[in-house]
Amino acid sequence: MSKPPPAHPVVIRLLHWSWVYAVGCLIFSGWQIYDASPDLPFAFPRWATLGGWLAGGLAWHLSAMWLLAATGLAYVAYGIASGHFRRDIGIPRRTAVFRDAWAALSFRLGHSLGHYNAIQRLLYLGVILSLALQVVTGLAIWKPVQLAPLVALFGGYPLARNIHLANMFLIVGFLAVHLTLSVIFPRTIASMVVGLPAEPEDPS
Amino acid sequence: MKGLRRLPAVTGGDIRPEIRSLQRRGFLTKSLSLGGLALLTGCDLSTNSGVDAALKSILRFDDKAQAALFSGRRLAQTYPLSAVTHPFRFNAYYPEWQVREVPDDWRLQVAGLVADKRPWTIPALRDLSQSEQITRHICIEGWSQIGRWSGVPLRVFLQRVGADLRAPFVSFKCFDGYSTSIDMPSALHPQTILALDFDGEPLAPEWGAPVRLRIPTKLGFKSAKNLQAIEVTRLYPGGFWENQGYDWFAGV
Repeated sequence: MSKPPPAHPVVIRLLHWSWVYAVGCLIFSGWQIYDASPDLPFAFPRWATLGGWLAGGLAWHLSAMWLLAATGLAYVAYGIASGHFRRDIGIPRRTAVFRDAWAALSFRLGHSLGHYNAIQRLLYLGVILSLALQVVTGLAIWKPVQLAPLVALFGGYPLARNIHLANMFLIVGFLAVHLTLSVIFPRTIASMVVGLPAEPEDPS
Repeated sequence: MKGLRRLPAVTGGDIRPEIRSLQRRGFLTKSLSLGGLALLTGCDLSTNSGVDAALKSILRFDDKAQAALFSGRRLAQTYPLSAVTHPFRFNAYYPEWQVREVPDDWRLQVAGLVADKRPWTIPALRDLSQSEQITRHICIEGWSQIGRWSGVPLRVFLQRVGADLRAPFVSFKCFDGYSTSIDMPSALHPQTILALDFDGEPLAPEWGAPVRLRIPTKLGFKSAKNLQAIEVTRLYPGGFWENQGYDWFAGV
């Protein structure tokens, strides 16, 4: 009998760590940029910011954006070509969502490597759309004159900036859930590093 | 450059902000925080010079991408009079109480690759064709405000002094110690003006008297106030903030 395929193929593993680095740099440097002139009555703690001051934060942000764009393009190309999107990501049937949401809330939702339950399908779809929105609003506020139609789409420069900020919180929220669950199921982390074989689907 | 020798006397208090900003120099060295440390394992953390060099070379790439994206015909959005921000926020590299008065013998100096280097007075600038704009001033810090400026299109001025329009840089020196520089295509953009009026009045010192650059296709720090000298040059001129790490092109 042949060995089962890895739960996380090598391309997914490489792209995953590329996401980690790019999104990490962008979030922490973004907090630095926000802190230069906070719009809301709070600031991010200095120890959690990247770049030292505004120019450093911007240098990191405007560098990591290229890595994010390259990772995103490679991920979308791979996701379509390999069938990863069709198989693992998307809007599941409503009954499956209710079943898995109830299981999750009562701490009974299992996890088997290589299979995506309804909640995972939804959350990954959500974060992919959120990242895409972050790229588009980021372009809009980076080039509000040269890409004027884009900034108009988001209701003008100040609003586009606030959407970029609010959407960052959605991504950070996803990461909080994602990190918590990976700590609860540590073999997912091992699999994302070395590529463990896929497991049979959890019947729960 | 002649203009630099005309700087007014400087007192200790005047240069305090400069000293403060010099202390921030080396914007990436010694700047690592926890968030950065977590992401940088494997780099030389004692000087961080490799990271610094890498970021600077990516910023130069960003500048090229921005120059490619720039169009001399694409105009910044203009707004109705009712959209003008009141009160308008003061911003400089020093606090408002340190604003410099215009020196008595002020003239706008012209230097570098220009045919006619005669200095300019304000009435002479007002005799050139004028253009008004109500545009959004976007600060690199992220905040923005809408203001109304009018003055001489820089293109008109550069043509009038016989500037070499193939030179890549136009540099601005100010009598408050500030400086900046822009690329020639942006200098020739129809909305790039040497502003003489703000909100319908001749510029007050805090808004850049007697003449300032107003360039709505770039971030606010490029719109230099209190101009003393304009130089057309082939040598990269840098600028006050650019030398500390702000990206040079700074287009919006």
